[in-house]
Amino acid sequence: MTGLPPRGACVGRRFLLIAAAGTLLPAIAAASPVQVAVLIRRLIGDATVSEGRVKLDLPVLVENGNTVAMTVSVDAPIGAVHSLHIFAEANPLPEVLHATFGPRAGVPRIQTRIRLATSQTVVAIARMRDGTFWQDSVELLVTLAACID
Amino acid sequence: MVRVLLNVPKQVRKGEPFDVKLLISHPMESGQRRDAMGLAIPRDIVRRLVCTFDTEEVFGMDLFPAIAANPFLVFSAQIERSGTLSIMFTDDHGVVQTETAAVEAV
Repeated sequence: MTGLPPRGACVGRRFLLIAAAGTLLPAIAAASPVQVAVLIRRLIGDATVSEGRVKLDLPVLVENGNTVAMTVSVDAPIGAVHSLHIFAEANPLPEVLHATFGPRAGVPRIQTRIRLATSQTVVAIARMRDGTFWQDSVELLVTLAACID
Repeated sequence: MVRVLLNVPKQVRKGEPFDVKLLISHPMESGQRRDAMGLAIPRDIVRRLVCTFDTEEVFGMDLFPAIAANPFLVFSAQIERSGTLSIMFTDDHGVVQTETAAVEAV
């Protein structure tokens, strides 16, 4: 899945050269809004996504992309939400998390800390038990990026 | 085995939602970083996390490298009777770890 060379593989001159180039250039492949759109389409199938009901709470100006506090809540009664999906458009891997709510789940709200590689738009999609989809997005500015170290 | 902090109230009201707070001491190595030699550091993250109350599923989550190191998570649960809340998570090495807490419903 990671596309890394196998551990203990022969480290030849060519690989070292590639590796060196990798350290010089911040060659981190970023996802794109198109990739996120494809993932969302795969998630929702033929359904349409409406704006609203989901509230994605993220700071608009992020000082440190390594830990960004995020709260996602859905304006819906208990038991009405099937799952929540978060995507970051410019992270190397656009998926952030997929959460599913079981029959014993309480308020449809989760809080966690995420990584953001650069300034970008983060999208939250909620899937309701009645089959509808709702979304919210936040465009934010990241001053110190994650992933590069 | 990693250190896990699972925080739930000891006593809750029947049918009233309460917060479950979880902190896992895990590096969540993203697989995107390189070491001083320029070699990629292998990915090592918590992949999946499931919370159950006795046998009923409460909450499930798939995690990706975009979750910050030492994953912190708050979600909500509601119960009708006393029982055991357990969190089970799996990392990239396939190691499964479970953390439990007893909750009393009044």
